[in-house]
Amino acid sequence: MAPDWTENPSELGSARPLIGPGHTFETVTDKISSIVLARGTTKGWVFGFAIAFSLLLLLNFAITYLLYKGVGVFGINIPIAWGFAIINFVWWIGIGHAGTLISAILLLLHQKWRTSINRFAEAMTLFAVACAGMFPLLHLGRPWLAYWLLPYPNPMWLWPQFRSPLVWDVFAVSTYLTVSLLFWYVGLIPDLGTMRDRAKYKIVKILYGIFSMGWRGSAIHWSRYETASILLAGLATPLVVSVHTVVSFDFAIDQLAGWHTTIFPPYFVAGAIYSGFAMVLTLAIPIRKYYHLEDLVTMRHLDTMAKVMLATGLIVAYGYMMETFMAFYSGNQFDHFVFINRMTGPYAFFYWLLILCNIIIPQSLWSSKVRNNVPLLFVVSLIVNVGMWLERFVIVVISLHRDFTPSSWGIYIPTRWDWATLTGSIGLFLTLLFLFIRFLPMISMSEVRSLLHETNEAEGHK
Amino acid sequence: MPQTFHRSTNLIARVSIFGAVFFIAALGAALYAIEISPYYTTVGEAPEQPVPFSHRHHVGELGIDCRYCHTSVEKSSFAGIPPTQTCMSCHSQIWTNASMLEPVRASYATDKSLEWTRVNALPEFVYFDHSIHVNKGIGCTTCHGPIASMALTYRAGTLYMSWCLNCHRDPSKYVRPREEVFNPTYVPSEPQDVLGPKLVKEYKIRSLTYCSTCHR
Repeated sequence: MAPDWTENPSELGSARPLIGPGHTFETVTDKISSIVLARGTTKGWVFGFAIAFSLLLLLNFAITYLLYKGVGVFGINIPIAWGFAIINFVWWIGIGHAGTLISAILLLLHQKWRTSINRFAEAMTLFAVACAGMFPLLHLGRPWLAYWLLPYPNPMWLWPQFRSPLVWDVFAVSTYLTVSLLFWYVGLIPDLGTMRDRAKYKIVKILYGIFSMGWRGSAIHWSRYETASILLAGLATPLVVSVHTVVSFDFAIDQLAGWHTTIFPPYFVAGAIYSGFAMVLTLAIPIRKYYHLEDLVTMRHLDTMAKVMLATGLIVAYGYMMETFMAFYSGNQFDHFVFINRMTGPYAFFYWLLILCNIIIPQSLWSSKVRNNVPLLFVVSLIVNVGMWLERFVIVVISLHRDFTPSSWGIYIPTRWDWATLTGSIGLFLTLLFLFIRFLPMISMSEVRSLLHETNEAEGHK
Repeated sequence: MPQTFHRSTNLIARVSIFGAVFFIAALGAALYAIEISPYYTTVGEAPEQPVPFSHRHHVGELGIDCRYCHTSVEKSSFAGIPPTQTCMSCHSQIWTNASMLEPVRASYATDKSLEWTRVNALPEFVYFDHSIHVNKGIGCTTCHGPIASMALTYRAGTLYMSWCLNCHRDPSKYVRPREEVFNPTYVPSEPQDVLGPKLVKEYKIRSLTYCSTCHR
């Protein structure tokens, strides 16, 4: 077992280790696999899972009622025809982007610090995309006809409307889900082989065996594994940029003032990475504490992720400033009004709360004291999560509620079903996460072992 | 360490993954085939009617024109189902006591309509107008099939949007001279690919494939 070890937070820069001292291949594998195989179902896990599962039940109830009564149970109306459903869709998809960035882009950039976080970050992506994928279906007036968005041979001889970003979304999100799932699964295979070999009970051995697809750990298997990982990383990398760009097109392609702007694609992508890293931190901090993984997910990891959050937060801040500037510089009265309305209209409180959560509070991350203060970092990451939800609220609701013609203006008040579906989706996400933690190795054992090997080589086998 | 899995699982794994792809494709193809099959579309199934009215006898054998009963087809969107009086215009003098015609006589006596089962019905979100089709050279039998040979009336077309689009995307395949619209045994005098384009031009038929043509 790895020795007790606490890290000195005053060590700055890349001199800080990515893995605690005293680890060997055996201890790394033992530590991670024993969480699943030896530690078993703890009271803490059951408690957390119970909360997550009850929220999931709430989601089931809300969806059943929604399908029974129709989309009017939400607070949507004309002009605000898009409410929480679309806000939640964009929020969840955005959250997913960090996992893909960590898995794919950091792999191609040879960033060694990704190894202990990429497995659960990618799992987070999959669960976030699962949550996100429900909302475009739920927001439909006739959800049972959602399959009409697919180009299948139909007795109407009609293609879907390829000019619409809503159809592009279908392709972007399903591609994203497929590639992420493949990438995560391929990465899991060696670890599933390890789990199969270490499992105590026959049935557990068989199950892990089936899912590890006959992994032998031979040289040819590893060679193919490496090639497959690089290929999938290459496929996944453009998705980090393209998926949220297509989601931003849901807004940017439309003619609505405040939406029809070319800054949306890069601004949305940066925002997605911002919210994604915030969610990774929100999850990583309690998990590493509860499962004593501080020597694998080290302060350097948290510090680096906080820096990425700060950087993307600054891009988002730039996006806000540019949007506002261009609205006034354009001379267009409708664009002027959108921004005056955001700042002083009925929803002004949420706009200023957004500025506080997304721009002002995260500036504290400039300080390495804040970045290395784990509880503070956790609070900041939660605030950013909320802030990014608020950003989508501001974009969707505030732009829609007062558009070109004053006679069309309205107010959106979310109903209990809106809130139930939102919290329920968090329940779905957490349920999947808890199941993942219980049954699968949440850190990539094979990758951390290779990191250990490289670290030992660099230090001359100390 | 004894092997957890038998050697055969190597083969089973490969076959099941490979097979899964084909299985899903085959499932999709099967579902599509069912959707366009007469089992699902009920093409060719003659529904139960209050009286077993025979178009074969009245149109095919007796030669009665479509418009004798379906009176509003040239002027209205609805072709018209005849009132009992139309039946009685002949059957008050011939087959006056036939048991098969008892419901017709009862309807005439009590002034209650015969409740025919509708054979050709489009859903409410589709706007269809008979008069424009008939006036532009689309024959009755083009859509309603070989009516003159139907002992019991059945639907000859699926009435799917694809079935309508088949003609709407290229009316020259189906158009006939206006004089022949009510001819139940029409055969084109020239090949359709010669006659069709001529008539489309002459009757100024546009290929109406705008959504709002039918979805108003």
